[in-house]
Amino acid sequence: MTKTFEIDGKKIPYEEGQTIMQAASAAGVYIAHLCHNPQFTPHGSCKLCTVKVNGRNCSACTFPASEGQNVTNVSKELNEDREKITQMLFVEGNHFCPSCEKTGNCQLQAVAYHLNMTDNHYPHFFENREVDASHPDVMIDHNRCIFCTLCVRASEEVDGKNVFAISGRGIDKRLIVNSKSGLLKDSELDGNDCAAHICPTGAILIKRTGYSVPIGQRIYDHAHIDAVALASEGEVHDL
Amino acid sequence: MHNYILQIAQENDFQSTRLLKILHAIQKRYFYIPDNAIEVLAEQLQLPRTHIQNVVAFYSFFHTQSSGKYTILISDSITDLMLGKSDLMSYFEQKLKVDIGSVRADGLVSLNNTSCTGMCDQGPAGLVNGYALTHLTKPRIDQIVNYVNRETPLAQWDSDLFRVDDNIVKPDLLLNEKPLHGHAITSTLTRGLSETLAEIELSGLRGRGGAGYTTAWKWKFCREENATQRYIICNADEGEPGTFKDRVLLNSYADSVFEGMTVAAAIVGATQGFLYLRGEYVHLLDKLEAVLEARRVSNLLGSNILQNGFDFDIEICLGAGAYICGEESALIESLEGKAGIPRNRPPYPVTQGYLGKPTVVNNVETYVAAANIAVHGGAWFADKGTSKSKGTKILSISGDCKARGIYEYAFGTTVKTILADCGAIDVLGVQVGGPSGVFISNDEFERKIAFEDLATGGSFIIFNHTRSILDVVHNFSHFFAHESCGFCTPCRVGTSLLKKQVDKIVEGHGSAGDIVALEELCQVIKNYSHCGLGQTAANPVLSSLERYPEIYQAMLKKISYEPGFDLDKSLETARRMANRDDAAAHLAQVEN
Amino acid sequence: MTSKKVKVATVSLAGCFGCHMSFLDLDERLVDLVEHVQFDRSPLTDIEHCSDDCDIGLIEGGVCNSENVHVLREFRKNCKILVAVGACAINGGLPAMRNHISLEDCLNEAYMDGIGIENPQIPNDIELPLLLDKVYPLHEVVKIDYFLPGCPPSADVFWAFLTDLLAGREPELPYELIHFD
Repeated sequence: MTKTFEIDGKKIPYEEGQTIMQAASAAGVYIAHLCHNPQFTPHGSCKLCTVKVNGRNCSACTFPASEGQNVTNVSKELNEDREKITQMLFVEGNHFCPSCEKTGNCQLQAVAYHLNMTDNHYPHFFENREVDASHPDVMIDHNRCIFCTLCVRASEEVDGKNVFAISGRGIDKRLIVNSKSGLLKDSELDGNDCAAHICPTGAILIKRTGYSVPIGQRIYDHAHIDAVALASEGEVHDL
Repeated sequence: MHNYILQIAQENDFQSTRLLKILHAIQKRYFYIPDNAIEVLAEQLQLPRTHIQNVVAFYSFFHTQSSGKYTILISDSITDLMLGKSDLMSYFEQKLKVDIGSVRADGLVSLNNTSCTGMCDQGPAGLVNGYALTHLTKPRIDQIVNYVNRETPLAQWDSDLFRVDDNIVKPDLLLNEKPLHGHAITSTLTRGLSETLAEIELSGLRGRGGAGYTTAWKWKFCREENATQRYIICNADEGEPGTFKDRVLLNSYADSVFEGMTVAAAIVGATQGFLYLRGEYVHLLDKLEAVLEARRVSNLLGSNILQNGFDFDIEICLGAGAYICGEESALIESLEGKAGIPRNRPPYPVTQGYLGKPTVVNNVETYVAAANIAVHGGAWFADKGTSKSKGTKILSISGDCKARGIYEYAFGTTVKTILADCGAIDVLGVQVGGPSGVFISNDEFERKIAFEDLATGGSFIIFNHTRSILDVVHNFSHFFAHESCGFCTPCRVGTSLLKKQVDKIVEGHGSAGDIVALEELCQVIKNYSHCGLGQTAANPVLSSLERYPEIYQAMLKKISYEPGFDLDKSLETARRMANRDDAAAHLAQVEN
Repeated sequence: MTSKKVKVATVSLAGCFGCHMSFLDLDERLVDLVEHVQFDRSPLTDIEHCSDDCDIGLIEGGVCNSENVHVLREFRKNCKILVAVGACAINGGLPAMRNHISLEDCLNEAYMDGIGIENPQIPNDIELPLLLDKVYPLHEVVKIDYFLPGCPPSADVFWAFLTDLLAGREPELPYELIHFD
């Protein structure tokens, strides 16, 4: 007998050691997420994947699946709160979609669309954040970083380089680069590295490729993120 | 510099787990952590430089730029504010001729705020180069300013400036016991390890940090884990504003703390223990090291303890200004030489703790209780208290009362009794359990200190009718925003938004919709945050909003909406540059 | 007859009029719309101030100066429903990209130190509105009831929103119509 648990009343088979997120994805159930990518060690920080497990809020990407669990993924309450968490990310950074190369391919934006978000709700921080365009092939726009650590994990786990880290505390957190100057050009990053292609937003971009696909014909201009995530996850985006 | 860093790294066996200790040493010498030092360290410890940069940035007490030969920090705890901290801070600023948050032009001295330093019974308090300053007054500030300006070494300052009193007002079961020098260990070994664990279970002892997990179960689970190495950790990162009882236990009952850890080690089979001491308590460090050394000499620590064939030793690790490290998994990260970011759970520390090995983390008071239970048996302890909360609880009482200090009560004691004992009159309410706890009003003084009613790590701050609830909420909201580790979205962004929203209302710019927005924000932070910090960060707002809705209502304007920023002030630069001051060059905050 | 029509006022604050242009993309649907709608203050009518009984106010652009604040307040006061239209109204948009530069630097660059500036001086005519230190989204200055995202929102967005409102339904944009670019 396969072990199962339930998400929104649907039976989900799982294997011992799987997280709720892994089992759900395998069963074709989308749970909203940003910091999760099945290629890497789960992080559990964005909190978008929060589901109710037997009535208690848990991060689906880190919480282990177990027999008979009763999981609520889609409810008005959860989706409204996911929208608020997404709005927090929007006001924390400086996300001006019309001026961003990543628009239409951005997972932050796509999650917002998915949640029917039309505004940012909270007061904006309008923090002054830097752009690092020093590298010949890759640039960092810190305005768009959401601290998901996907680049950190990709660099460490796939590229074996430790190019990126998140530094500092609280609202002052920043993405930092492992080089003596602190600049990307002096780091070991190569334009073909997994870490250069993994950013869910427009914080890390490959230069000279921004408008190869016109706005209006991009991934989330037509497809929903749930379908895209279920179909493509396990592969690296944008390669 | 290179040689010095090398030497420090060598003294610490090039262990990355000792990173905080190494950084403390570097900062002591250079007054900050120079970039070059990070480069050398990265090489010596074989860590990415970003790892070290992150640790330096994460902890409040490390700086990347010189904070001066004298770094003066003044506690921003609500209790210090109630004792007149604000005035003293202005006085300090004026006398030292330095702005808050800056280094003086001559580079000699800096002045800033810091979170509660655990001296709420003898504030206003602060730290100079990490060492506790108490009972601050204007004359004492004059004294300090003189020392600084003459560049007098700290060792030659009047020792009374650094006087820290225990202020034990009401001892009971635990505080009446003498510090233990082996009695608990021999009792444990004589009785048998399993039998002693059974006594601990019988005692009903639950964790004294506030969460109240049954101690015996924790020890049992750790013991049952299949592992070659296990660890015992004492959480002395007493950062909850308003609590200072661990400071007193470590000052006067350190032997009992270490004895409790040794008993735990014997029972779970650990050979290494750590005391994680908050950076603010560095004044206790030498004394504690001496106690450990004396215990080694007496064979109460080290190899073959009391000739009974078990080995155990304790290392003290110093924190560096991060409230979050009181959370046990963040504390473990910090012990491993990392930023204190709470781990995902499960797995829990008892299965995968320090370096991935089974680890028991208990509060200072828990170990003192466990050691005494090992001597006297479970019934001795369980006789006191209530059925769900056995034994006694040590409270740190501060705020508006006659006798601030340490009080030990059997669980089940009412707030009313406590208030009478400490001489509190005209009480508006009590913050029980610190900012992460609950504010109870004067309608609730029949409530009891107990896990089933008012659970608390020991912070008990009393407010009389001259105090404003909103000032308290304001202070606590700023505290949480400052201390959020920033790992998860709801806490990182949410606590800063909450700070803004509380400021807006407290400063009188709120309107009807702002209370709804406030409450809604609180719920997101509370329900979606990663750890206890975020989950409790909204408690001050929620518990005061529930009890005193009228106080909030009174702050609101009878308009539909008012901006959260100062409109007229936002024209200031343009006004100045255009050299205008006509009526059209100003904006009213609210439309007339 | 006209008194039964829904009164709509529109304005562009710190915006580019792109949202208004997009509104005009309603094309022949405008004809249907004016059956039900009467335009009050708007660049389309040249009426200078809102009547006090406007039903819907559509506001494009963020708030960058004191005049924007006055206009926005006039709209809030006179419109039953106030709608933030487009990226700039919602989060400040492209004008808000100046927010990470101090206003002092902005003004110096534009009027004092910039290349090719002759007779450098900061404009100080009292007829000119003063700039705010930052460009603010509408919802940080007044209460906003609905948001139409997009840069600009497509004509379909306006149509879906207005037809919902006119039919007395709670407006809700379908997935296809929510875009931030």
